[in-house]
Order: sequence, then structure tokens, then C-alpha cells
Amino acid sequence: MRPVAFETFITESGHRLERGRATALQVNMGLACNLSCGHCHLSAGPGRKEMMSAGTAIEVARYFRRGGFDSLDITGGAPEMNPNLPGLIEVAAVDAAKIIVRSNLLLLPLRPALVELFRGHRVEITASLPSLSPAQAEAQRGPGFFERFIGAMKYLNGQGYGVEGSGLALNLAVNPVGAFLHSSQSEMETRFRRELARKHGVSFNRLLAFTNVPLGRFGQWLESSGNHAGYLNKLAGLYNRCALEGAMCRYQVSVNWEGYLFDCDFNLAQGLYSGGERIHVSQMENAPEPGAPIAMGDHCYACAAGSGFTCGGAVTG
Amino acid sequence: METYYKPSDLPKFPDVGKDAPELAKKFFSYYQAVFAEGALTEREKSLIALAVAHAVQCPYCIDAYTQACLEKGSNMEEMTEALHVSVAIRGGASLVHGVQMRNTAEKISM
Repeated sequence: MRPVAFETFITESGHRLERGRATALQVNMGLACNLSCGHCHLSAGPGRKEMMSAGTAIEVARYFRRGGFDSLDITGGAPEMNPNLPGLIEVAAVDAAKIIVRSNLLLLPLRPALVELFRGHRVEITASLPSLSPAQAEAQRGPGFFERFIGAMKYLNGQGYGVEGSGLALNLAVNPVGAFLHSSQSEMETRFRRELARKHGVSFNRLLAFTNVPLGRFGQWLESSGNHAGYLNKLAGLYNRCALEGAMCRYQVSVNWEGYLFDCDFNLAQGLYSGGERIHVSQMENAPEPGAPIAMGDHCYACAAGSGFTCGGAVTG
Repeated sequence: METYYKPSDLPKFPDVGKDAPELAKKFFSYYQAVFAEGALTEREKSLIALAVAHAVQCPYCIDAYTQACLEKGSNMEEMTEALHVSVAIRGGASLVHGVQMRNTAEKISM
């Protein structure tokens, strides 16, 4: 049996989910991707054609300035596949205190000019590595992934990324390879650092242990494997008000490839528009006001479980 | 189908304390302390627990510690090796008793 609807759950708990000050603008540049990861909440992949246009990227950069955001968080799909990524970075770098690109790394060794641009603007790279086991990593991300990922890490380390003191951050994001949650981010970071150095001679800055969100390809896998209700109940059982207060939707705005606004990338995947209205980035004067309502769905259980995403990402139970 | 072991029974574990609450409290408190990080990490303790669970063939424990190992970041290679440690000790324990067999046989044989 599934838990009650998330909105009902937090109402009955006497809690609220509403906006704080939006400091980050997350930009989803499209669903085209070189991989078809099993945990992808957007079902991105090589077959997807959705890509942010140059015009929309310019509108996004303008909104970034108008909204007074601090950081620009670029995701996809694989944002490296979008030819408008360099232009967006160049324009937004004038105003951004921080730019993050979320990447599976595999394409970066093939795009040295893009990496040079990243270096020039001190772009942070957050790279997804689900497991130290090649078999488990490839169960989620496809055959041949692990060796190519390590190769890409070596290349980036050679460029200064993930090397202490360089000022070029290469962070790892670890998503579980299945219907379970990771519990100890700090222990995992220690082990990944030690094992990646020992076995492969590569380094990184920080590790973030994330929770898989029951949407898209991962949601379909949960259903087909008979894990959906159990997984939702597990998330609901780990509900933590502190995680809810730190939920990313409170402090960011998410823009899809067409330029429409959402409270987070998961609502984007669900088509739940920010404020319940289909508003284009070009129509928004400012960042959303603190106290504004946030659209919710049952996938929100993932961000409110354990330590959620923004309290470091690990599940503390 | 009726069976002695049902996965839905695992969450009923605390019920065993209903008629001896003080003993249960002591046991669960001890149990929690055993699995807390100490000289060994929680991940290492979960791998030991998984191996022991196979040695004592407790399906509840196998279920619980398979999940715990994955949650704490262990991978299938590590978990399978832990299982083989259990298998090796169990097998070795049988095999080493062959010394008793040999002693007895030697004593009564010409």
C-alpha cells in the first residue's frame, strides 16, 4: 500500500512547504544525453531531441541577472551536447558568483575547448558515479561506462579539476543503484576518495550522496520491478522536517529547455509548473517571493527523506 | 501460501519485547550499540552481520543486512566476498573435524 499523498502527509504533520529566498537558477538545457541511465527522473537519452535554443539561453541569462541569483546550476540530459552551453556560461559568468555544470563526464575529454572555458570561469563540475563497482555502475549507466568515466576523471585531474588547491572543483554525486537509500555520506566520501586514488589514481573534491526520485525511467523501473510502493513507504518512513526545510525547491528556480519555470528539476520532470502557471522566463521580472507556494507531488517524499538533497544529501534516518 | 517465514514479519521484531520489556530494552540497546561506529565502521559491521546471517541462515537477517550493506555503500563484490568468508569458515569447520575422524580411525585401526 502506498503512503498518503505528500501534500496531505505534510499538512497532517502540521508542516508547510513554501519558498525562501531563491539564490540559485537551475537550467535544464535539454533531454538529449549520451547515456540512458536507469535512475534518470527525466528519461533523458540519445533518442531525445529536446534542446534549449540560443534565444531561450539568452532569456535565461537575462533572467539570471534580473532575478539577482547567486549561482547558475546547469543540468540536462547532457548539457555538453547543447551547442548553446558555452554562450550561456560566457554571458552568465558576468553576474554569477558560482556556475555548476552537472555532467556524466564522458563527453568532456572530447571537448577540450569547453573544458578550457570551464577552467576560465571556475565552473564547478558535479559528476555522477553510482558505485565503485564497475558492474553496479554499469547496471545503472550502461556498458563501458566505468572505464570511460575513470578516463575522464584522469583527464580532468590533468586539467586541475579535483586537485587540491587548484580552485577547480570536481564533485561526485552518488545515486543508489536500486530501490534503497544511502546512509552515510561522510563514510562513503572517505571510501570513494581512498579507493579511487588507490585503484585508479584519480581525485575529487566533495561527494554528495543523493536519493533516487521515483519519476521517469527510475519510476518505471520501480513499477516494473514491484518496488514502487515499498520505495515510497521507505521514503515516507524517513521523513525529516529538517530535510524539508532545506529542500532545493525553496531556494532555487528551475527552467526547462523551452524556458518555462518550475520549482525544481523533479517538478519539471512531472510538468508541475511553478505557482501552477505556465510562465516563460522572459515574462518573469524577479525571483519568486519568499512565502510563495510550491507545487508538490509524491516524488517530494525523496527530498524530505533523511537529510534530503541539500542537507548534504545523505540519509540519516 | 503458509510459511514460517514472511517478510512482513520482520517489522514485528520489537513485538518480542511485549512480555519481557526490560530484557528487550537491554537487548535492543546493546544491539544498537554494537552496530554503532567504533573501531569498525558501520559499513564494515554490516558486512560482518551479512556473513554471520548466512552462517546462521536467518532469512530476516539476510534481508535486513543485504539492504543495510547497500545503503551503507557496499557493492555486490564486497557482499559476495563476505558471504564466501562465512562459507569458508563453515566448510573449514566441517573439514577440520576430519582430524577427529583421522584420530579415531588411527586409534582403532591396525
